[in-house]
Amino acid sequence: MNQFEYQRVLTPKSAIAAINKNSNTYFLAGGTNLIDLIKSGVTIPDRLVDINNLPLSTIEQTATGIRIGALAHNSDVSEHPLVVKNFPLLSLALKAGASPQLRNMATTGGNMMQRTRCHYFYDTAMPCNKRAPGTGCGAIGGYNRMHAIFGASEKCIAVHPSDMCIALVALDATVNVVGAKGERKIAFADFHRLPGDNPEKDNTLQKGELIMSVDIPSNNFAAHSYYLKVRDRASYAFALVSAGVALNMKGNTIQEARLAMGGVAHKPWRLTAAEAFLKGKSATEDNFKQAADLAMKNAKAYGENDFKLTLAPNTVVEALKIASK
Amino acid sequence: MPKKENTTDNLNEAAENPRRAFFKQTSALAALAILPATMVEAAGDGIDEKIASALEKMALNVEINGIAQKLNVEPRVTLLDLLREQLHLYGTKKGCDHGQCGACTVHVNGRRVNSCLTLAVTTEGKKVTTIEGLANGEELHPMQEAFIDHDGFQCGYCTPGQIMSAVACVREGHAETPEDIREYMSGNICRCGAYSNIVAAIEQAKKGGKAI
Repeated sequence: MNQFEYQRVLTPKSAIAAINKNSNTYFLAGGTNLIDLIKSGVTIPDRLVDINNLPLSTIEQTATGIRIGALAHNSDVSEHPLVVKNFPLLSLALKAGASPQLRNMATTGGNMMQRTRCHYFYDTAMPCNKRAPGTGCGAIGGYNRMHAIFGASEKCIAVHPSDMCIALVALDATVNVVGAKGERKIAFADFHRLPGDNPEKDNTLQKGELIMSVDIPSNNFAAHSYYLKVRDRASYAFALVSAGVALNMKGNTIQEARLAMGGVAHKPWRLTAAEAFLKGKSATEDNFKQAADLAMKNAKAYGENDFKLTLAPNTVVEALKIASK
Repeated sequence: MPKKENTTDNLNEAAENPRRAFFKQTSALAALAILPATMVEAAGDGIDEKIASALEKMALNVEINGIAQKLNVEPRVTLLDLLREQLHLYGTKKGCDHGQCGACTVHVNGRRVNSCLTLAVTTEGKKVTTIEGLANGEELHPMQEAFIDHDGFQCGYCTPGQIMSAVACVREGHAETPEDIREYMSGNICRCGAYSNIVAAIEQAKKGGKAI
């Protein structure tokens, strides 16, 4: 690891002052991705601002739903009674991610800020427009088994690796951030971005902004939620494809559906056309297949990940079958 | 564990390996020459700030296996490297050093974490337990006994991490079924493939009636 300065802060105000004071400064939360990136030479910080002592770990019921502090650990969120009871999709998605040790360290905000696990991004000897803009994309025409099938660009076909974020985008979460200019809210679907011509930008957070919390509105999905993650091992691996499903059912009729996929795009991929199709439909395999077909419109594979064109709709159908029972 | 002064370390190293010490010194001087003035400037906006410049070691107070330690560490030193290189607690293993294998698993304030991804300075004021802190004197911890009883290892390199993880797994309430144990032990890789024996060991320790 390169040498860097380390600063510990106790208030959000100090954190923002510290991050704006010097360029090339990063917030340190759980560190499960950042420390790894520093070891790999992908991130070479001048200074780390340790925010772990900020009072942002609370998980609480609000008038409109639940508020999860940015520093609440993934393990604590996944097992919190309010989350398990009212937002089981989030609990399942969190438990599908990483390992128990990593979930004990990783935080809500840090999970959102984690970077792609694309091999070319991590290997500093390789071209990568995300790590070193203008050097090209090694994954296009290269080893791209893990890569995107939706929303990619000629500059980048990397995917966002989070499971948690798939649940949060499906549940219409809102991100509360604060910066030097004050507080603002970002719809979860707008937090992460597609690569376009600027794959170096993972999200829409402005320089010097700090994630404070995530709000999830109350819903009627708890009885029919499922997160299905397909990966190379039974546990502790990133998704090839995952599907987060939340349904509001009356008898066998779907009153409202929320669907999102992981492992397929540069951002958590919401399936809005499939959701609209399922509204008011019966929970039948045929309807699920039609919904999945709609979701696959505009999908494009890059060779080694061609199998995702079959695996993705099958995963959506299977998750819908389980969730609707 | 006695605290090793930086100066003592350097003297020893110079005596044992003058060439390495020379390189270390020259690179430090080179780094000093390119340091911007701001790097040693203290934070101006409050007494809550603790800052360490890149070449400065930072005071660290941490309890390791029940013993209060007053240490000095560079900010970039991981808890794993602190344990092994500064405190000579070699039980905690460095496998992948990237959070992918679990060999470095220790407990921080009772929770299992990957020490390779934990900066030592972030354990200020906390309690760390390593495999060396598990036994009660000469009496092995029930989980250590169970691993021996069931041959829960072959080469043994992953074993300290497996045992630290297994103890946490039981304490968390995630060892109710073999399926549960497999899922909640998935962060510890065993290249020898002793998994079925590890699951049996954890089941025995859990059902053995002794406090885990």
